[in-house]
Amino acid sequence: MSSDKKVQELQKRREEVQQGGGEQAIQKQVAMGKMTARERIIKLLDEGSFNEYDMFVEHEARDFGMDRKKLHGDGVITGTGTIGGRPVCIFAQDFTVAGGSLGFMHARKITKIMDHSLKMRMPLIGINDSGGARIQEGVNSLAGYGEIFFRNTLASGVIPQISVILGPCAGGAVYSPALTDFVFVVDNISKMFITGPEVIKTVLGEDISMEELGGARVHSEITGNAHFFSESEDECFDQIKSLLSYLPWSNTDVPEQKKIAQPLEEYNISEIVPGDKRQPYDVRSIIRAVTDGSDFFEIQENWAANIVIGFGTMNGRTVGFVANQPLVLAGVLDVDSSDKAGRFIRYCDAFNIPIVTFVDLPGYLPGADQEHAGVIRHGAKVLYAYSEATVPKITLILRKAYGGGYIAMNSRHLRADFVFAWPDAEVAVMGPEGAANIIFRKEIASAEDPDLMREQKVKEYKEKFANPYVAAAKGYIDSVIEPWETRKSLLHALEVSGEKSVGMPAKKHGIPPF
Amino acid sequence: MSNKDKTSKKEPLQEPPLEKLEIGNAVYTTRLTSKFRNRLNWERPDERIVTAVIPGKIQRIMVKEGDEVKAGTPMLILEAMKMRNEVLAPIGGVIRKINVSEGDQVPKFHLLVELD
Repeated sequence: MSSDKKVQELQKRREEVQQGGGEQAIQKQVAMGKMTARERIIKLLDEGSFNEYDMFVEHEARDFGMDRKKLHGDGVITGTGTIGGRPVCIFAQDFTVAGGSLGFMHARKITKIMDHSLKMRMPLIGINDSGGARIQEGVNSLAGYGEIFFRNTLASGVIPQISVILGPCAGGAVYSPALTDFVFVVDNISKMFITGPEVIKTVLGEDISMEELGGARVHSEITGNAHFFSESEDECFDQIKSLLSYLPWSNTDVPEQKKIAQPLEEYNISEIVPGDKRQPYDVRSIIRAVTDGSDFFEIQENWAANIVIGFGTMNGRTVGFVANQPLVLAGVLDVDSSDKAGRFIRYCDAFNIPIVTFVDLPGYLPGADQEHAGVIRHGAKVLYAYSEATVPKITLILRKAYGGGYIAMNSRHLRADFVFAWPDAEVAVMGPEGAANIIFRKEIASAEDPDLMREQKVKEYKEKFANPYVAAAKGYIDSVIEPWETRKSLLHALEVSGEKSVGMPAKKHGIPPF
Repeated sequence: MSNKDKTSKKEPLQEPPLEKLEIGNAVYTTRLTSKFRNRLNWERPDERIVTAVIPGKIQRIMVKEGDEVKAGTPMLILEAMKMRNEVLAPIGGVIRKINVSEGDQVPKFHLLVELD
């Protein structure tokens, strides 16, 4: 039995550490509209579930007067807890303690909790709020980052890794989030960049603010580094909880069975897609028309919006959706959308989540900017990811599937399990307009009225080739279905592929075009 | 928070307008993205126009208007990132116009020299 005195000492030590960087620093943090690291953990985890470790860790730095500095928890809080009753590992950098700077022991606390998450096979959530490397600790700080990146890589595809950017995350520090699966940012709070505005100003003379350089909007709309954008930390935590509700806890686990429900009546699948294939619609309505309770949790909603990715549930089970979005850039594949889809497909495959693909695209985005940005290399990611994926893969061609786009969007040829098409689907080497112009070039040129001839030839081509039956005749499409049969057909396809098992040639790993 | 609050918050302030985009001889009605709008249209580089490849300071000018230069002749020194970069004539010709003075701070792509 411990003596009262010893217990009191423990309590005193705990209280001290829980004060973080002290009243003044906490006030500063609050003034910036930010929660403290401890508040964040408590808000995110189930009530009363947080267990902290390494509370009394101290740094060993001696230079630059560091030996006289006491940094509570060495600027990071680590522990375990539960979300939705399921266990998670978590760390949160404490900006009130030496700016959340990463020193050797700070990194050791993080890598220790990372090792736990991998060993115990549960998600790792990292809350980043740090000024970067602790300069006073020199190369030991860099060593710390390296140890973290290495573990991010080892854990990749084994356990879900989530990064939450709730403050600055600059220099080398950005690479840990970049190596994780999902990055959450909050407006006006998150800042991520490799070199900051000051350096850019000095070296290049470019005058740019932190927000314009690497704020939450930049990363969720322009760079694609972030997956989820929110306007407050509270909203961000709700998003994290929603995301986790779809995920298995590791690559050998299965996601929780959710409640089965019919799609909402407002999503009438027969009335969403306009007959004129040049007219837009929101493909997310199609996803909502087939999922349980019209539930769809979109990822990277504001970046490369010409492709839609996210999770929904069908018969209570998590499904990954990939869909061309005719509402934005006519749903083309381009550098960014290929990147976005390719990575998501690999995510689903790594965590055994079946993929449902909805196809309606005119092809690839033409332009020198796209070609020079490497659309060949990026576009190949989609082919690679689909070909490599061994999870159940189901495709539905809604309207257009032309050329390379048809092949890329989980076609039979990339080992799709089931390919469905609606009666309106046009599966062809290119759109009727382009095809007629090439095939009937001479007839059109020599006609008395070339426009009339062109129109006639386009119509001819459409009737002959722009339909699902040429592909169905070859077995490239398994079944042409009416729109109202969609949910039923998808559910059945998912059900019969539940025990799917296919092999890959023995290899260490492939060389995807990244 | 009610469900309604959540959706109203998520919606963008203004629905982007529908525009036209031509792909494969067909014109689609769709939204364009800011990234698409801001893309640079490719232009064949004009070798007679010499621009700054990097922002920096004009440290020295070694030629004057009317001078005849050969391809590879150093024309001026652009100091950037603590390096003194010699800007060479890309082709032979006559200096038609020098658009900067010594000491000028110039941004990237700034017109430096025009050749004839």
